[in-house]
Amino acid sequence: MLAQRALPDPDTLAESVSGRDRSAVARALNLLDDRRPEARQRAARLLATLPRERLYTQGHLIGLTGPPGAGKSSLTAALITVWRRRNLKVGILAVDPSSPISGGALLGDRLRMLSGQADSQVFIRSLACRGEYGGLSAEVWPMSLVMLAAFDIVLVETVGVGQKEIDVSKLTDTTCFVAQPASGDSIQFLKAGIMEVPHVLVVNKEDVGTAARKTLAELRASLRSNPDAGDWQVPVLSASAARGSGIEALADSLSDHRDWLQQNRLLKPRRHRFQAEWIIKRLHEEFGWFGIRALGGEQDLLAQLTTEQESPFAQYDALRERLLMNWKT
Amino acid sequence: MMSTDNNKVKRDKPWLMRTYSGHSSAQASNQLYRTNLAKGQTGLSVAFDLPTQTGYDADHPLSHGEVGKVGVPIGHIGDMEALFDQIPLDRMNTSMTINATAAWLLSLYIAVAERQGFSQSALQGTTQNDIIKEYLSRGTYIFPPEPSVRLTTDIISYTVENIPKWNPTNICSYHLQEAGATPMQELAYALSTATAVLDAIRERGRLDAAAFANVVGRTSFFVNAGIRFVEECCKMRAFVALWERIAKERYGVDDPKLRRFRYGVQVNSLGLTESQPENNIQRIVLEMLAVTLSRNARARAIQLPAWNEALGLPRPWDQQWALRMQQVLAMETDLLEYGDILDGSPIIEAKVRALMEGAEVEMQRVAEEGGMVQAVETGYVKRQLVASHTARMRAIENGELKIIGVNCYTETAESPLTAGSDSGIMKVDAAAERMQIERLQAFRAARDAGEVGIALQALEDAARQGDNIMPASIRCAHAGVTTGEWSGVLRNIFGEYRAPTGIDISGAAVGRADRVAELREQTRRTGEELGRPLKILVGKPGLDGHSNGAEQIAVKARDVGFEVVYEGIRLTPEQIVKAAEEEGVHLIGLSVLSGSHLELVEDAIARLSSLGLTDIPVIVGGIVPPEDEQNLKARGIAAVYTPKDSDMNQIMADLVNIIRESNGLKRFENAA
Ligand code: B12
Ligand SMILES: Nc1nc2c(ncn2[C@@H]2O[C@H](COP(=O)(O)OP(=O)(O)OP(=O)(O)O)[C@@H](O)[C@H]2O)c(=O)[nH]1
Repeated sequence: MLAQRALPDPDTLAESVSGRDRSAVARALNLLDDRRPEARQRAARLLATLPRERLYTQGHLIGLTGPPGAGKSSLTAALITVWRRRNLKVGILAVDPSSPISGGALLGDRLRMLSGQADSQVFIRSLACRGEYGGLSAEVWPMSLVMLAAFDIVLVETVGVGQKEIDVSKLTDTTCFVAQPASGDSIQFLKAGIMEVPHVLVVNKEDVGTAARKTLAELRASLRSNPDAGDWQVPVLSASAARGSGIEALADSLSDHRDWLQQNRLLKPRRHRFQAEWIIKRLHEEFGWFGIRALGGEQDLLAQLTTEQESPFAQYDALRERLLMNWKT
Repeated sequence: MMSTDNNKVKRDKPWLMRTYSGHSSAQASNQLYRTNLAKGQTGLSVAFDLPTQTGYDADHPLSHGEVGKVGVPIGHIGDMEALFDQIPLDRMNTSMTINATAAWLLSLYIAVAERQGFSQSALQGTTQNDIIKEYLSRGTYIFPPEPSVRLTTDIISYTVENIPKWNPTNICSYHLQEAGATPMQELAYALSTATAVLDAIRERGRLDAAAFANVVGRTSFFVNAGIRFVEECCKMRAFVALWERIAKERYGVDDPKLRRFRYGVQVNSLGLTESQPENNIQRIVLEMLAVTLSRNARARAIQLPAWNEALGLPRPWDQQWALRMQQVLAMETDLLEYGDILDGSPIIEAKVRALMEGAEVEMQRVAEEGGMVQAVETGYVKRQLVASHTARMRAIENGELKIIGVNCYTETAESPLTAGSDSGIMKVDAAAERMQIERLQAFRAARDAGEVGIALQALEDAARQGDNIMPASIRCAHAGVTTGEWSGVLRNIFGEYRAPTGIDISGAAVGRADRVAELREQTRRTGEELGRPLKILVGKPGLDGHSNGAEQIAVKARDVGFEVVYEGIRLTPEQIVKAAEEEGVHLIGLSVLSGSHLELVEDAIARLSSLGLTDIPVIVGGIVPPEDEQNLKARGIAAVYTPKDSDMNQIMADLVNIIRESNGLKRFENAA
């Protein structure tokens, strides 16, 4: 007889995840990815059970983005080495594009992130963007939360030039943009205001020499301040993933930004706002502006969601329920 | 009877005849070499095992299951002496297929010659020493491109000065065709590789013009010849003409002798089939014609695969058969009595010109990428190869490319060739690894540790200071340093590299559109039923570098809608199992062609069960003899695929069903 596989029990799973058990994190991510109604309920329960302070006040959620081939994966690998030396546990979410025709995807980013040995304190999950939510798939937010419960650093790597990389800056504490030497694109985008200013800018491949130095100078000259970053001074750094140079400084800048958020009491509100936006975005995908208006409009929803501080699935499901009830009556 | 009106052309000298061989141990391989020489073979071609090629000692964890499997294990000077026991090196012409560790194996060879009482200047032979195609196809690279190219140029500079008759590098297009390259791509990438290496030597600026012209003259090539033998023959003529031009125009070599395109050959093996394996004999003979017909573009050395190429390793009798093919062509036929029989044919001329023009366009493209090294690092060339191979697979699938016994005329009587108790292949002695480790450990215990330490320090200094690596390596050889120690020093200094996989080509699905559409629908539906898109991991455990199958499966699976995790070659079962867990895949597919499937699969299964992941189905593909297939299935492997399973659509349909069954869903019937 064929036996369907049982879904994991969310309470035990939450306990193991907060106990930083790698296998449990893997199972939790599978559950979050699972769209069957029964799985959704359990996932909501899982997220609601994980320790709230870990998800919203601890750890460091970093977004790393930049044009294809800039060396994001190589830099991630180099950062992993530094973080491991600092004895931090690291989780990576690597987002790759899917084929619009087949829906299939080749997930190869792990390749450059591998070091010689299998390190049990580094966890890498690749995710196809599945053609939704701009460049990021909807699962990234809940998955980041689960990883925050188990790792000290969670890094989301995505391809992005221009508008698209804004997505990752709408999810993470700190956005780091990797610029490609001799490619004017990022500078143009920054100047034109098409691209939101990241919190940390790094020109990779400084080993190539002149081109990297030139790009560095141009970026420094064209930088505006990040409107949502207050008095944070955006560092423009130079590094080489290949040589391993400038990586310590990059890691320092990333953690400086986190400290700055913390000191200014911005970390927690930031995560809550992103969660609220994530929920609204998903409601919008399902019900359009009509649905959002029926729930009181975007501004009200935002205000309401950022104070309530429930788990994202619970909030989403409650709102959805409300909408459907409204329409029935 | 000899023909009399042969225009008074001097009979051409036959090419060197070799057989690519080596297995189990230096002693066993020495036996084999001496028998082969007695049978009329005129040179040696050494196949090393994968630990030796990738710089590990036999007792290193990564060597497990690989020692003595696909070649001879050489761990130190003792092994090298045993390999050439009673073979005087001053009179032998030895070709060594060795790349990342070429400087080391050449040093051992020199040290053995010295111990035999000869000066190194008397040595003749070839070190393959072409690292670029390792990143693209062959897979036994260690270090990143920059230090690797430096090692290559060190060997060249050293031998041109000290071993004048040595061919220090054999720039290879052979392996590119084996990875799917078209004739035009073979021409373009091999010649771009040659110029990358020669440019690097010129830039180092340590040689005067005459010495540099000699370097150009000593540069030789190793090419492939496929079944389209007319075109392949034209390809050889195109090589000759292009190389002549490059030597003259780019490098200003005046002496025509130093501009000659000198090459050795192994004929195509990718097209040799598991089904009706006797057909491979015809294929091999026709391919040999491609590189011998045209006297002005004739090979200088030939080695042929055996009829049982796709089944497993050849036995001595299989190799003898391959050698006899060469002897019949060279000695029984009248081929060598004539001048170039293709000169003056306008058809040949036009084809050669077309190939040259195509190659020049592609060489220009590579130059625009920043040269061959850069084009390898960005993945450009690898993507071109994967795309060509995908096109080839598609042509086989839709019948455009006919392969007798595979996609047409599949009716067959039982072959007596495979009926014997050995199933028609050679089995390597299972005790070979253990015995090699014992010899290695005894050797280590007996050597002068102080001298080893000093020699390794000198090696480190030379590597760091940019001195030529050869003198320090020869010293290491005499001191009793091991292969793993020599490589370990350089690994620490240069670091290790992982090459681009090239599978990120834009998608044009292999196969007829209707089946693909049906498969996509099945993949999508199953994903929906299981709550998320189907995700699989294609893993290459062990030191095996055969990536073609894994790449093609990965690309095809993407095209029918799977999310595919593929991280390239040479991973440990531990890394693969860790990735499978972290990625949450529905299925793991392991691809092993190097013969160590039993050890590696067993290791992976044990790790999966210790993580409680026994519910993920595992399948295996590659060179798996029938009795091993039974063995693997008995250990829970859900399916085994070998070269005869050439219908990729069927494989995809199976994957969906295996995932369905292991998740309690009903199979799709008469799928694909
Ligand atoms: C091409 C080839 C090469 C190329 C590889 C290029 C590349 N990047 O892949 C080159 C020239 C580099 C090469 C080198 C060597 N080769 Co080789 N090579 C072959 C050859 C001719 C064809 C393999 C191939 O690519 N077929 C095409 C692909 C598409 O088919 P496939 O991999 O079999 O995959 C199919 C199925 O097996 C299955 N499958 C495979 N993997 C997977 C995975 C999954 C998930 C699934 C579902 C299915 C699946 O599906 C595929 C579709 O049909 C075979 C002999 C033969 N004719 O099979 C020898 C062979 C595999 N090579 C062999 C050897 C010994 C070597 C060397 C080790 C020699 C040496 N001592 O140096 C070297 C070193 C390679 C290394 N680093 O490991 C031996 C292995 C002997 C053994 N197992 O006992 C063979 C069998 C030849 C022989 N008889 O001696 N080789
Ligand atoms: N010279 C130099 N090359 C680098 C450096 N870092 C990465 N590269 C090369 O740049 C190319 C792209 O590197 P990746 O790390 O794959 O870049 P990525 O941004 O993740 O690329 P995508 O995944 O395609 O978006 C590779 O060929 C790397 O070898 C560096 O510091 N210096």
